[in-house]
Amino acid sequence: MTVRDTDPTLIDADELARQRRRRVEKIASWVLPAAVILLALFLWHWTVVANEIPHYILPGPGLVGEALVANAATLFDSWVITIQTTALALLAAVAGGVGLAVLFNQSRFAEMAFYPFAVILQVTPVVAVAPLILIYVTDLDLGLFVIPEKVLGMLIVAWIVAFFPILSNSTLGLRSADHNLRDLFSIYGATRWQRLRYLQIPAALPYFLGGLRIAGGLSLIGAVVAEFVAGTGGMGSGLAFRILEANYRLKTDLAFAALILIALTGVLIFALLSFLSHALLHKWHESAVKREV
Amino acid sequence: MTPDLADGGAASAAPSPAAAERAARAPLMSVRNVTKVFGRDVVALRGMSLDVRQGDFISLLGPSGCGKSTALRLIAGLSNPTSGRIEWAGGGRTDADLGVVFQEPTLMPWATVAKNVWLPMRLRGKSFASCRADIEDALETVGLKGFEGAYPRELSGGMKMRVSIARAMVTRPKMILMDEPFAALDEITRFKLNNDLLAMRAKLNCTVIFVTHSVFESVFLSDRIVVMAARPGRVIHELNVDEPYPRAEIFRTSAEYAAQCRAASEALNEAMGGAGAGHE
Repeated sequence: MTVRDTDPTLIDADELARQRRRRVEKIASWVLPAAVILLALFLWHWTVVANEIPHYILPGPGLVGEALVANAATLFDSWVITIQTTALALLAAVAGGVGLAVLFNQSRFAEMAFYPFAVILQVTPVVAVAPLILIYVTDLDLGLFVIPEKVLGMLIVAWIVAFFPILSNSTLGLRSADHNLRDLFSIYGATRWQRLRYLQIPAALPYFLGGLRIAGGLSLIGAVVAEFVAGTGGMGSGLAFRILEANYRLKTDLAFAALILIALTGVLIFALLSFLSHALLHKWHESAVKREV
Repeated sequence: MTPDLADGGAASAAPSPAAAERAARAPLMSVRNVTKVFGRDVVALRGMSLDVRQGDFISLLGPSGCGKSTALRLIAGLSNPTSGRIEWAGGGRTDADLGVVFQEPTLMPWATVAKNVWLPMRLRGKSFASCRADIEDALETVGLKGFEGAYPRELSGGMKMRVSIARAMVTRPKMILMDEPFAALDEITRFKLNNDLLAMRAKLNCTVIFVTHSVFESVFLSDRIVVMAARPGRVIHELNVDEPYPRAEIFRTSAEYAAQCRAASEALNEAMGGAGAGHE
């Protein structure tokens, strides 16, 4: 926005220092985490070798890498399944969380009636009820396709874990529109729908995206918990089942390989949702605006 | 305090052309003996009466707690009087009759300048394309041509306030309500916006009700000053400023301006219960 009428090659010492700092930070933001991970791998390897730990107790990173490559095909199939469950649960959490938030926002009485219920769902340890949920559900026939009971059960478990941050953040966000803007909408005779569409939803977006980032990680955890509990083998088994199976067979290296894939998935989800958040907010929201010093 | 303050102090000893012109304006809205009570016993406004005529520039001047913002909210229809009535000439008011500017710019941070100005028309179901000419016209009037695509965070405080004013006038309303719009701005920006506001009003030819606690601002801008007192909020004086429009910057340094400011200050002093007493 500022206009310089001085020589454009003229850069003062402060600016030079700032540029240097920015360059160093950019490099460090990659180099430092990579170095720490390498160091951790080395410590891991060293601990295993120095203490002569048997591979079925704790395999070294080399063995885990080998297991990852040797079982690539099986692990990939399981990975796809875990990602599917996670993605579906996250979608359901978004639909449920946002839907309930809008309902609560439109009706104070609905909020009074159902919000405590949502909190109860949230604080109930899902591991304790997951086996029951998997017993209760049956195949769901949606006409076009059938959701098998196991998949449905896992989806419900993952959904319970993931929907609450979206609900509570969206509820807060829908209420957070500037009160003068709300008055302005009243003065101009805005309808409920217009108020929701043009004022409350945009105002809630940063809050929703914050909840979404938490829910992304939680839906993965929910999917893993559900797979652990569902625990049946054969076709359509996710990464968590591979971990269980590997543990039974004392193939700890394979369990670690699956675990690494799960962790990687979590990181990817977080990165993806952070990118989405930045893409939607960078033009206007304070959290995503780069400041000129 | 002397009671003759009520008829305008120094300026209106004899009927001037400005006073005659003012008297000839058509009625637009009347506040009739309006009282507003919050809760059981907080009287925000007591027995306020005010006849607003087309083309008036009225300042509501008073200390904090005198009910000026309450009066504005009642006129805007954001709340209802506890007793008394607000009557609009020719029946009720429509949404299009009113524009509002708050103390903060109150822009939607997620929308560009042009989209912000579009809001009042958008809420009446008009497409952006069909409003484009009006939006550009309003932005040009407030001196923000070329900023259509900017986001509010990219603008200075004064520029944001200009967008807010453009939004209030884009529907060409009969009346614009302004609630201390320039109070948060620095003096240089405020003076500039005062001048520009008068120019905009001349172009738009609309009625303005302007809430302020600045004597100087109220005298420079308005042709009627309604002085209000606090606890309970009430009108205690009405002064006229007969300096004809357009008023130039030179008016700020004139003897008439100084005399009007003194009269308004004295009325305000009385509103605050004498020489500073009772003022927090």
